Formats: sequence, C-alpha cells, structure tokens
Amino acid sequence: MMSNCRPEARRRKSPAHISLSSFVLDRGGPWTYNARSFIKGRPETTTDQSKNRGAAAAMNAPDFLEFKNVSRHFGNVRAVDQVSLSIRRGEFFSLLGPSGCGKTTLLRILAGFERPDTGCVILNGQDITQLPPNRRKVNTIFQSYALFPHLTVRDNIAFGLRIEKRPQREIDHEVDRMLELIQMKAEAAKFPDTISGGQKQRVAIARALIKKPQVLLLDEPLAALDLKLRQRMLIELDLIHDEVGITFLYVTHDQGEAMSLSDRIAVMNNGIIEQVGTPAEIYEAPRSSFVAAFIGDTNFFEGRVAEFVGSEYSRLVIDGFPDTVVFNDKQLAVGNPVFLSVRPEKFYISREQPESIPKRNAAPGRVEEVIYQGSQTRYWVRVQEYRIAIVQQHSRFLLDEKPITWDENVWISWHADDGFMLERYSQSDEQLVTLPE
Amino acid sequence: MATSRARLNEILVTLPSAGWLAVLFVVPALIVVAISFKPTDPLGGAGAGWTLETLRSLGNPNYPAILWRTLWLSITTTALCIMLATPVGYCLARLEKKWRQMVLLLVVVPFWTSFLIRIFAWKMLLHPEGFIKQMLVSLRIVAPETPLLYNQWAVLLVMVYTFLPFAILPVYAAAEKFDFRLIEAARDLGARRFQAFCRVFLPGIRRGLFTALLIVFIPALGSYVIPDIVGGPGAEMLGNKIAQRVFVDRNLPHACALSLLLILAVLLPLIAVLALQGAKDKARPIIEEGA
Repeated sequence: MMSNCRPEARRRKSPAHISLSSFVLDRGGPWTYNARSFIKGRPETTTDQSKNRGAAAAMNAPDFLEFKNVSRHFGNVRAVDQVSLSIRRGEFFSLLGPSGCGKTTLLRILAGFERPDTGCVILNGQDITQLPPNRRKVNTIFQSYALFPHLTVRDNIAFGLRIEKRPQREIDHEVDRMLELIQMKAEAAKFPDTISGGQKQRVAIARALIKKPQVLLLDEPLAALDLKLRQRMLIELDLIHDEVGITFLYVTHDQGEAMSLSDRIAVMNNGIIEQVGTPAEIYEAPRSSFVAAFIGDTNFFEGRVAEFVGSEYSRLVIDGFPDTVVFNDKQLAVGNPVFLSVRPEKFYISREQPESIPKRNAAPGRVEEVIYQGSQTRYWVRVQEYRIAIVQQHSRFLLDEKPITWDENVWISWHADDGFMLERYSQSDEQLVTLPE
Repeated sequence: MATSRARLNEILVTLPSAGWLAVLFVVPALIVVAISFKPTDPLGGAGAGWTLETLRSLGNPNYPAILWRTLWLSITTTALCIMLATPVGYCLARLEKKWRQMVLLLVVVPFWTSFLIRIFAWKMLLHPEGFIKQMLVSLRIVAPETPLLYNQWAVLLVMVYTFLPFAILPVYAAAEKFDFRLIEAARDLGARRFQAFCRVFLPGIRRGLFTALLIVFIPALGSYVIPDIVGGPGAEMLGNKIAQRVFVDRNLPHACALSLLLILAVLLPLIAVLALQGAKDKARPIIEEGA
C-alpha cells in the first residue's frame, strides 16, 4: 500500500558487494569450502540458485519462526512489549535498534535464556516457548564469543556433538569439515586465548554451525572487532549464510551492518517494533520518525495538508517555509497535520533559482556550514527557521569551478516523490539526527 | 650485561621469601629428619650419636592401621568439603552482590570463636544428653544406645565442619571470576544444567578446587585436637600418636620419625600432582583467565 509507487525494493546486494565477495572467493579466500550439502534436509537447489541463494526461494518460504505477542518486563521496564514477528526460512533477518531497545532480550527469548511473560515463540510449527535452551534447535554466537577457555579450538567446536554423545569418528569428521570451512586447521590444537579476535569469531561460528541449527542467532557478533576486521567478517558472514542456507537472526545496533547483510530488518525501539521491511523499504519509506532518524539522517518538517494536487499528491503548508508538494501515499485528508521527512541527499543545491516545473519544490536559503568530505559535501542551509542538512555527491569536481561556500545565498530543491510522511512522530527523534554544533 | 642485571634483581627480590622459607620451614624440617636418626634420651630430648633404632620402631603393628585411618579420614574430609564447597561457591558467585557479602560473612563468623571451644561445643551436642542426640532419638532416627561421640564418624563430622570454610573461600574466589556466560553457551550447545556445570564450570574453577584440596587435606592429615576431643581410642590419628610420644612418652626421636612418615605421606602425592600439573602447563604456556 505504502510503497506501491516506489521502485519495488529488490533484495540483493549492491554490485560492489557482490564483486567483493567473489573477489574473496576467486583468490581462494576463507569460505571457498562448498557447504551446499552442509545442512541436511535443505531443499536441493541448482548451482545457480544456491550461488545467489535465490532471494525468491527465501521469500516464498512459509513463515518459519514466529513471535506472537511476546512481552518481557524487568521490574517496571518493558524490555519487550507485545512483539509479533514472522521470519521466513533461510532469511537473513536483523533486529536493529539502539542499546536497551529490547533486541537482545528478544534474541535471548528465542535462545531460551529468558522466558516471556506473555506470548509464545513458534519455530517450524512447534511451540518452543517453554523449552529449555538445550532442547531448542537454535544456536547462538555470543557477543563475547564465550569460547570455553579450557578447551582447544577443536574441542570447542566438538563440544555440541560430544554432548549429543555422537560416535568419535563422526565427531572428528564433522569437526574437520568445520575447521576446513573456517580455514583454521592449523590452529586446531590452540587454546582460545592464543588466537586472534577474528579467529575466535570464526570458532564461535563453527561451534554453533556444527549443531546444524534451524536458526542461527548472532548477538552483535562484530561489535568486539576493529573496523578492518569487522568489514572482513561482514563479508564472511554473508558468504557463510549463502552457503549454509539456514535462517540467521542478527542483532545489532549498527545500521550499516544490518543494511548490508539483511534480507529484512526489524527496527526496534523501547521494546516495540517500529517497522519491518527490506533495507530499501526501511530507508526509503520509514513509517515513524524514529526509523527515519535512526536509519541514516533526515530533516523533519511539521505542517498540514492544504489541498490535493491530482489524486496522489498534496500541497502542504509548513510554517515558515514555502508551500511544498509531496507524494501523499497515506491519502491524508485536507486539514490533517503531517510530519514530513526528507533525506539530505534528496536535496539539490544551486546558486540559481531552479526552473519551476511541476512536483519540484524549491526554497531560497543561506549556507551556514559546509563540510567537504571528498566523495561528497555536506551543507547546512538555513531556510527561515529551519536548518536543513544536505548532502551532495560529486559526480565530477572541476578545480576551476567555484564551489558553493559558507554564507552564500542558494536555492535548494527537491522532488515531490522524495519526501515521506510519517505515521508516528516524536519530538525526541529529532535529536537522533546528527547535526554539527 | 642486561640479563645479569635482571638476574641480580630477580635474586634480590626473591631473597626475603627464600630466607623466610629456609629459616622457618626447611631448617626445622631438616632438624626433624635429623632427630629421627638420634637415639632416645631419658630426659625427653635426643641423645648423642646416630642410630636407626627409632626408624625400626616404626614397625609397630598398630601404626599401619593408624596411618590408614589418618589417610582415610583426611581424604574423606577433603572430598566432602569440596563436594559441599563447590555448589556453595557456585551459588555465592551467582548471588546478588549485597547478599553475597552477608553470606560470606556468615561463612567466616565461626572463626570469631576459639577453635577449641567450637570442638567442645560439638562434644556437648553429640553427647548422649546433648541436643543433637536427644533430638535424633526423639525423632526415632537414632536408637538411644547408638553412640554419636567417640568414634570415627564423630571425627569426620567435626573435621568437615572445621575445614569447610577453608574450602569454600578458594572455590568462591575462583567462581567469582568465572564467566557465567560460558554456562549459557554450553546450554545453548545442548548441555543440560548438570552437564554444563560439570563440563564448563568445574574446569573453569579447577585452580580454586586444587587450592581447596591442598588447604583442607594437609591440615586434616596433621589434625590431632579433633580426634583427641571427639574421637575415642578407636579413632586416633597419627597426630595423636605424635603428641603422645612427645608429651607422654617424652620420646622425641620417635615423634620425629612419625612426623617424617606424615611429611612423606603428604609430600610424595603432592610432588606427583605438581609434576603432573607442570607437565600440563608446559604444553600450554599462556597465563590464563587473566588471574
């Protein structure tokens, strides 16, 4: 309904991402091991499909994991408040939100470390709400990795199978496969405190994957790594998800991680889910001011609907701002108050007044601040009482061109399709928008 | 040059403790060994010259039974203390901080009362007219004619009571540093509660368990006040015999020879364990758990 006229958010990585992954593959990188036969009972796929995991296959799968009205209170704090959520089989699903938003509690409820006060959790048709952690077909990668310090890498990975009392030969075989998968055969006899952070991370992954979980839970798995390693592990996680094909539930506060890895994201705040959608849906059509401000930056405007322009567009009256035409996807009636959000990169900034064409909004302003960032420049432009953040990409930068600078009078313009009206707005979310002081 | 300097510093730093150990431990131990080879002196000291007579007198047919009882009681005491201290340490470490301090205090409170008085208190409790005996009889758990006092079980009970705090403290110290997220990880990987406890918690606090073992076992071996007060003639330990030889028989060389026997009984297994531990550590030369 709301995204009917937007480009269908097509899930697949950006070209840059794909080439980066295949780069790792080509040079015989970490995940060249073919784990296609890795998860038993996984529907047979052709080589082509499994290569890109088939977004279609994942999308068509029935609801696999469901949270139904799940609540969990700690004293007076509603950590998780009436959350309902459906996750598909094979999906890479992220719970994204600031610390204390309840995402980790939700993950711990699924793992079995917390019991919900109300509601239930259904995995593959089975109500697992009351099952203890050891009887759930889910495994967790902990933020601290939680590797057993008294066991070698090999024994850490074998732990889950030893508990199952599987025959030693089988255990050895499986562990060897895992060591190969994580490229750590040479470190098998080492203890966790003698290996690097990235290696610990991989051991934690192997230790969880060897159990062949129906859902792999990842609790901020990259938070403890430095930036370079984080970027590398991001690619490795993505590749491993492609290869093993199991459902991933990924908890993070880092929108970059969530955006680049996920099929879908649930944005959480104060124990509730603000929005569920693909990364593009969440970025391009946020439903609440929290989502708009938390994912990327944005500018908020407060106004009301003045009149309809055609069937789909409305003219808005915004105090202290020229009237603007905006795509009215929610079909808000005339006179309704609205909150409007426009992303910084949707604006165009110029010295000359832009040509007046339908559905283009323009306003004169004064540049208050400029930050040159190489690939882009950030501006803060004062339009009446509004201070608007604008980002311009440099498709080409001519040295003899005179760049727009501080204190200049400029025009800003943007297209009616590039703003979105919010269903829920809260003043405090404006604080989330990063502004230089 | 720099290495010899470092070496010198190392020696200087360790000198005080080395001196302490030499004067207060090594020399007395050697004196004990030396006196074992002296003849008896009727005045209570050691006579002149050297003899193997005292060592030969260790062949007393009563001794193997007493040595065995000493070992048996000490080993059982140690095992019971560790078995009780481990769950206590686990629970203490999981307790909320303010309660933790309180319970720890309760563990230590008995030390405020003299050791002797506490042992006598046990004697009163276990006495045929004592509270525990009377209660057990009235509940028909124990027949009125069953003695609770003056036997090995009384000694064992009081020894466990006495040494338990010494076991709880090191186990708690280790458990407090233990990362309980590892238990969650084990549960996540399919371990039941008890499996997680055995396979992750116990190895995690093994240093504490080892300390508890030494700290209970060694004094338990040498205990003589407890068997003297609550144990009868049938519950004597080696410590009683040594005391008897010194204070009653005034036979110092014989007492020293018995002590030597006790020292060897402690030292040999200890050296074996340490050697084993050392071999293990060599295979793993990394400082662990940031301890």
